[in-house]
Amino acid sequence: MAKSAAGKVNGNVVSQNSKINKNNLRHVIVKDFKKNKMIYLLAVPVLAYYIIFHYGPMYGVIIAFKNFTPARGILGSPWVGFRWFQEFFSSYYFGRLLRNTLLINIYSLIFSFPAPIFLALLLNELRNQKFKKVVQTISYLPHFISLVVICGMIVNFTARDGILNDIIAFFGGERTTMLLRPELFRTIYVASGIWQGVGWGSIIYLAALAGIDIELYQAAVIDGANRWHQVWHVTLPGILPTIVILLIMRIGSLMSVGYEKIILLYNSSIYETADVISTFVYRKGLLEANYSYSSAVGLFNSVINFLLLIIANWISRKVNETSLW
Amino acid sequence: MAIKRSIGEKIFDAFNILAMIFLIIVTLYPLLYVIFASVSTPSRLIKHEGILLAPLGFQLGAYKLVFRNPMITKGYLNTLFVVTVGTTVNIIMTSLGAYVLSRKGLYWKNLMMFIIVFTMFFGGGMIPTYLLVRSLKLTDTLWALIVPGAISTYNMIIMRTSFMSIPDSLEESARIDGAKDLTILFKIVIPLSLPVIAVMILFYGVGHWNAWFSALIYLRKRELYPLQLILREVLISSDTTQMLAGLAGMDLEPIAETVKYATIVIATLPILCIYPFLQKYFVKGVMIGALKG
Repeated sequence: MAKSAAGKVNGNVVSQNSKINKNNLRHVIVKDFKKNKMIYLLAVPVLAYYIIFHYGPMYGVIIAFKNFTPARGILGSPWVGFRWFQEFFSSYYFGRLLRNTLLINIYSLIFSFPAPIFLALLLNELRNQKFKKVVQTISYLPHFISLVVICGMIVNFTARDGILNDIIAFFGGERTTMLLRPELFRTIYVASGIWQGVGWGSIIYLAALAGIDIELYQAAVIDGANRWHQVWHVTLPGILPTIVILLIMRIGSLMSVGYEKIILLYNSSIYETADVISTFVYRKGLLEANYSYSSAVGLFNSVINFLLLIIANWISRKVNETSLW
Repeated sequence: MAIKRSIGEKIFDAFNILAMIFLIIVTLYPLLYVIFASVSTPSRLIKHEGILLAPLGFQLGAYKLVFRNPMITKGYLNTLFVVTVGTTVNIIMTSLGAYVLSRKGLYWKNLMMFIIVFTMFFGGGMIPTYLLVRSLKLTDTLWALIVPGAISTYNMIIMRTSFMSIPDSLEESARIDGAKDLTILFKIVIPLSLPVIAVMILFYGVGHWNAWFSALIYLRKRELYPLQLILREVLISSDTTQMLAGLAGMDLEPIAETVKYATIVIATLPILCIYPFLQKYFVKGVMIGALKG
């Protein structure tokens, strides 16, 4: 919020400047540069980093419209227009990748997104503060375990002789290697994601909960509200802005998936449900060295992501008067 | 809290506590299982079915095998290098950027801000980035794990927010005393922002410790592999042949099982040991980030 206010102030300064004639403008720029020489010098490495490592790849993405070969380089490779995009859209993979990417995200939205909200609400209702601290500390823990270790545990636990199968067998079920069954992949992905992320995700809601004015609760009690009423009419409205902002960001990333985890977990027998756009880009681009084709697929994904974020932000500005920028 | 609790509330409280205990068990049990399994006698572990409530026997043979493996020790050293050097680079670059963007009245500030924030929403993607890193001859060096991620824009914005919260009066009085921009950075801004810098060190450090994907795509030479990439081979590709080399004539499958669990413990223990002490700083970091939103 402080940021947007500062932005507005500066915006006014700039728009005022644009009214002043050109000579004056040059004067302003020179004066600003002289006064802040050191600051601009400090900015050089930072801007250089962004230009090379962020705008460099954005320039490099033009190979999506070329037939790139490393020997010819980016500039020397011939243009092919939208050939790679057409090839991708008409390929067998397009529908499957789109479906898998969207479904994994929709499942996460339905199950992983509300989980930390529930946890925060339950934690908030705990009366014993010491117990609350213990639960919090333990629930944050999995966030710090590396993805490789988490996936290693998933692979071991879901294996034929793993503990999950032991439990299933105990209840009379049949032992299977769960990661070879396409129909189970999304469940495993989402459930393990909740296991790792629910505690950490609740922090931000707990912060919002701590910011609710106690007088609101006191007023509610005087009006005869029981605890359920308080949760429904005071607590939830109090954290609603936070929920909306996070929901917008989540919807804005509806087409991006934690592909590192999928690369660790999947195998060719479950591509049918597990293969998403980014894992496909990784295989085509880095394992098969189809640089142009995979860049085109990646670019398609980034553009959709970008548009989704802009739309989500626009909706939020209309509905909620909260905006990411 | 003087109000009496109704029966419904008491039932809810009881259920809530049960739910939290369930959460604790579900979170901790997999970790305990790993520890139990890693010290169990291999032949008994492989025959065992179901929940382990205590180790089956006790042996540290699996740990000996893991530590004897030169790849693990090499991986540990590579990871330590990336964590220390990488985090140092991260902190220097991030505080530079945060300081520049926290200055008031810079003519080009909005443009710089736009150039930087835009990269949070759009990027060239995996393949062009890979080709860039390759053309800079960074592949097959540990710098490939450090330089391309020198700044996390999100962290930089958090740091900038914190820099901006320093009262202007401090800076003004220093300027009257003749302090220049660099003096203000090192004598005022950084000393007053040590808590947020500590949080950043933790975020970046843990990030480097846990990172594996850039190592997978940028490194071909095995002697450069960080710990996480070795772990991936052992845990996910189940490639324990290296560790079990020289154990000919024994039943290797049960031993491989305990070796996997021992590897998980060895790779996770450092983080889990420091975690309880640092937890409040991590939480603080998330809070600072939340305020900005």
